[in-house]
Amino acid sequence: MDVILFLVFAIIAVLAAINVVVQTHPIASAVSLIGVMGSLAVLYLLLGAEFIAAAQVIVYAGAVMVLFIFVIMLLNAGAEARKGRSFMASLLGAPVLIALLALLAWFVERIYPEGMGVHFGGFTGGSPESIGHALFTTYMLPFEITSILVLIAIVGAVVLARKELD
Amino acid sequence: MDSFIVISLIKTFIIFAVLMTTLAYLQWVERKVIAHIQVRPGPYRVGPHGLLQPLADVIKLITKEDLLPPYVNKPLYLAAPFLAITMALLSISVIPFGPTIEVAGYRTWMQLTDLNIGVLFILAVSSMGVYGVALAGWASNNKYALLGGLRSSAQMISYELPLSMAIAAPLLISNTLSLRKLVGTQAGNLWNWNLFHGWQYVSFIIFLIAAFAETNRVPFDLPEAENELVAGFHTEYSSMKFASFFMAEYANMITVSCLATLLFLGGWVAPWPVEYGSGYVPVAIFALAGIIALTHGLNPARQRDRYTLPAFGVIFLIIAGIFLLPVMQPWLLPLFWFCAKTGAILFAFIWVRGTLPRFRYDQLMGFTWKFLFPAAVLNLLATGLVVALVS
Repeated sequence: MDVILFLVFAIIAVLAAINVVVQTHPIASAVSLIGVMGSLAVLYLLLGAEFIAAAQVIVYAGAVMVLFIFVIMLLNAGAEARKGRSFMASLLGAPVLIALLALLAWFVERIYPEGMGVHFGGFTGGSPESIGHALFTTYMLPFEITSILVLIAIVGAVVLARKELD
Repeated sequence: MDSFIVISLIKTFIIFAVLMTTLAYLQWVERKVIAHIQVRPGPYRVGPHGLLQPLADVIKLITKEDLLPPYVNKPLYLAAPFLAITMALLSISVIPFGPTIEVAGYRTWMQLTDLNIGVLFILAVSSMGVYGVALAGWASNNKYALLGGLRSSAQMISYELPLSMAIAAPLLISNTLSLRKLVGTQAGNLWNWNLFHGWQYVSFIIFLIAAFAETNRVPFDLPEAENELVAGFHTEYSSMKFASFFMAEYANMITVSCLATLLFLGGWVAPWPVEYGSGYVPVAIFALAGIIALTHGLNPARQRDRYTLPAFGVIFLIIAGIFLLPVMQPWLLPLFWFCAKTGAILFAFIWVRGTLPRFRYDQLMGFTWKFLFPAAVLNLLATGLVVALVS
């Protein structure tokens, strides 16, 4: 059951991701991206990380993508014209993709030589309690640094917007 | 395993049927309440006191011509109402209506499923609900619809922040994300409810204001402000597609009211324990209603009241009698309290619609970012501090 669900949602995620690139209209791409986010949330859920799954939907699918769609709607961006593909891209595209995937597979094989399969439902550290505990003990420093980074980004955005207004 | 699937299917069917009936009749209640606020009778012709009006509306909406304008973006135009109604109905699946009950030897919860992230699930689903409105506005290819969709997405992003922060305060006190356990921590007396916990009525008020905006209700119904935008995001929709948006709005209202009941008003627990006679409150209410109907039936104002009012009086008295049966009490009493609290909040929704004028758009945005959001942050900080110091 878990494996079937994993396959279904993994395929949806990959197809939606391809659709993001293939579509010419920004809204269609954004909607496909929501599909990617949603299926990723289901994959997290299958792995037993229910808090991450909920956060994924709330933050990415619910807030970030709404903002994307809002901006696309506000600018009323139309469909892009499809340009002719460059010769280099059509010649090298497929071989480079295969080479990259092979490289990725090789590294995964080297780092995890045992090749341990994923046990669906075997992971139980995905509850809000354990995530909060990990964030505020083991990963305290990275968490705080990230917070400061986000704060700097917000201040930067405000400063830039101010400059435009003056 | 098999019995689990069967029970879940039965529960799904019951919850769906009850929810759909409530949706239809909530609209009747809204029209009636607003009519009485404005001193007019409201729906009156279809059935006694317009009670069959929802049925007539459903038939009308189903049989209406379903227009598909030629200039719309077809896939998104068709997906938007579907998305809106799906997301609105999905969140009801984690709402618990009562404690465990025993039916024909099976013990089961009066809830479809309990997630240990129940509150987050509702937030996630409701944050997806905005796509229905935003995409409908965009795909309609109509400037009024687009403006409505834009307003709605901006409003929902802005009001989701104070809403989530107002929800977080009672969660800190109850120390759980499961809606079932949340009610468990509020059991006992009235003052165990999160609403009366210190200054949590502040969180409750912030939650209610943000909930009005999240469900696009008056005074925050800018996305469908009819004197500026024709009908807002659903201008180009007709028939059942229009009805889906309508149903989604009412379903969201019900979900939000249920959530407020569970978070702040103690869910299905009675205001005071059964040992002190809280079990007799529904009996008293229904018996009183029955006696009033009977006495009015004895001196009827109109000819047909001579038959209808005594009939309703007898029905009310029978319901009062059912509440006295010890077999029914374990599941009827929690259900009564849950429905009473949720109904009170729904009534407040309608009451506000009948009395408050609509905000101006800049006031709407200024209100949330300059007042509601800072207030919610301060409230959450103070609550967190107190919880940390006490525990």
